[in-house]
Amino acid sequence: MHGLRTDTKVESGQNARSLVIRHLDKEYVRGVPVLRDINLEIAGQGMTAIIGPSGTGKSTLIRCINRLVEPTRGEILLDGQDLVKLHGKALREARRRVGMVFQEFNLVERLTVIENLLCGRLGYVHPFPAWLRRFPEQDVARAFELLEVVGLKEFAIQRADALSGGQRQRVGIARAVMQEPRILLADEPTSSLDPKTSVEIMELMTQLAGERGIPVVVNIHDVHLGRRFAQRIIGMSGGGIVFDGPPDELRDEHLKLIYGGENWLQ
Amino acid sequence: MIASQEQWVRFTPRQRLVRFSWYFGIVAALVFSARNVEIIPEFLYDAPEQVADLVSRMWPVAWDYYPTSVHAVMIETLHIATLGTIITILLAVPVGFLAARNITRSTTLNYLAKLILVSSRSVNSMVWALLFVAVFGPGAMAGTMAIAFRSIGFVGKLLAEALEEAHPGPIEALQAAGAPWISTVTKGYWPQIQPAFWSIALFRWDINVRESAVLGLVGAGGIGTALDASMSLFDWDRVAVILISIFTVVMLAEVVVTQLRKRII
Repeated sequence: MHGLRTDTKVESGQNARSLVIRHLDKEYVRGVPVLRDINLEIAGQGMTAIIGPSGTGKSTLIRCINRLVEPTRGEILLDGQDLVKLHGKALREARRRVGMVFQEFNLVERLTVIENLLCGRLGYVHPFPAWLRRFPEQDVARAFELLEVVGLKEFAIQRADALSGGQRQRVGIARAVMQEPRILLADEPTSSLDPKTSVEIMELMTQLAGERGIPVVVNIHDVHLGRRFAQRIIGMSGGGIVFDGPPDELRDEHLKLIYGGENWLQ
Repeated sequence: MIASQEQWVRFTPRQRLVRFSWYFGIVAALVFSARNVEIIPEFLYDAPEQVADLVSRMWPVAWDYYPTSVHAVMIETLHIATLGTIITILLAVPVGFLAARNITRSTTLNYLAKLILVSSRSVNSMVWALLFVAVFGPGAMAGTMAIAFRSIGFVGKLLAEALEEAHPGPIEALQAAGAPWISTVTKGYWPQIQPAFWSIALFRWDINVRESAVLGLVGAGGIGTALDASMSLFDWDRVAVILISIFTVVMLAEVVVTQLRKRII
């Protein structure tokens, strides 16, 4: 392991707002591990960027955290609670504390922007009032506030499919923040966006998470973008972590180790 | 020639042989069927005369028959079609959910639902009507149930397909937010299948208006009853007014459905 950071280490999973992953394995097909023995501690605040080649398990790792993908073995502790052991209602309640931003935004296209934001509250609101579009007043007020923060207030009652890619991702981020999460996960949030919009999206995530003291874990294939915004880089290769450290410690030899080859670096 | 080395043939000889066999088989089947149905040429030749005769008997159309005897059964026909479609939707929605593989993750239940859908579709509405006439006796009740049971297969199958085509991304996002299953249906699946749902329901209602017009032939209520009676009595001028009424209503139904679909989608 290269440049392992010790200053952010958490002794146990008890610390508030900390995510601890221990010995996480994932095999989609028996005997073919996609993730091998992942050990990771995310603490406090700030952005952690996971970089690595396609197909190395970055997405799988992020999706294991909120159990969109079922881990094969290991522990995932959020606020000291092992998410891997949860089922049914307990799992749903735990998922409320984990916000997620997706590559393809995953908005409900035919619903209005404001209702997409309110979808972030579905874990808290009973299905019946939610179906009747009767969300608690404070949720609606917060949704409008957040919409203003992400600069889309005038789009509140427009359908989500009327928005551009960057605007949709803003809605996606606002929806995740609506959950009042303890941690924010982002799975390639900028891959479908142009370079300028990508930077704006990263800035918005940094801002919103920073104000609320929520740590962010982001999968990103753009190393420069990761370096620019993250305080910690995790390099993955072959289903394992091969680099873990601050961006300024990430050297060409690490990139060679993560992505393989070297011609592309010249 | 250089080009000869790079010659490209679309089918291999083997594929061509298979294709030829198919064509040959289709032509052979056509010839065999034509012989088998034993068309009597005389009947075929005088068909134009027969049609002319029928039309002359239908003229003048007995318009005064409409208010006294056709209007009430026409309304009954529309009631059978509409009520039948509503009952179908109530029955088909749960079956459609069971049949959709992305929602019901049990192969056994999927197949059970598909069995229900196929059974509903494999029986013609006239046969369903005969069965329900035996159960409920003749009348609109039997017709309504026949329409409802015949349509479950259609509505359920298309609904299941719409559900399976729903984009999984938004559903995943709602699950990630901790939404309970019912909320993923009302906020994730429903908005996505809504246009398809209304389109299916309206289309089936349109079909049902046409189908319920003939159910009376087996005593299951509606305008078919009047048609059956007039035809048995060779009252061709009355048959004419009934056929014109059916034609008009079917046309109107088509127009209504087209207009509504435009608004919804």
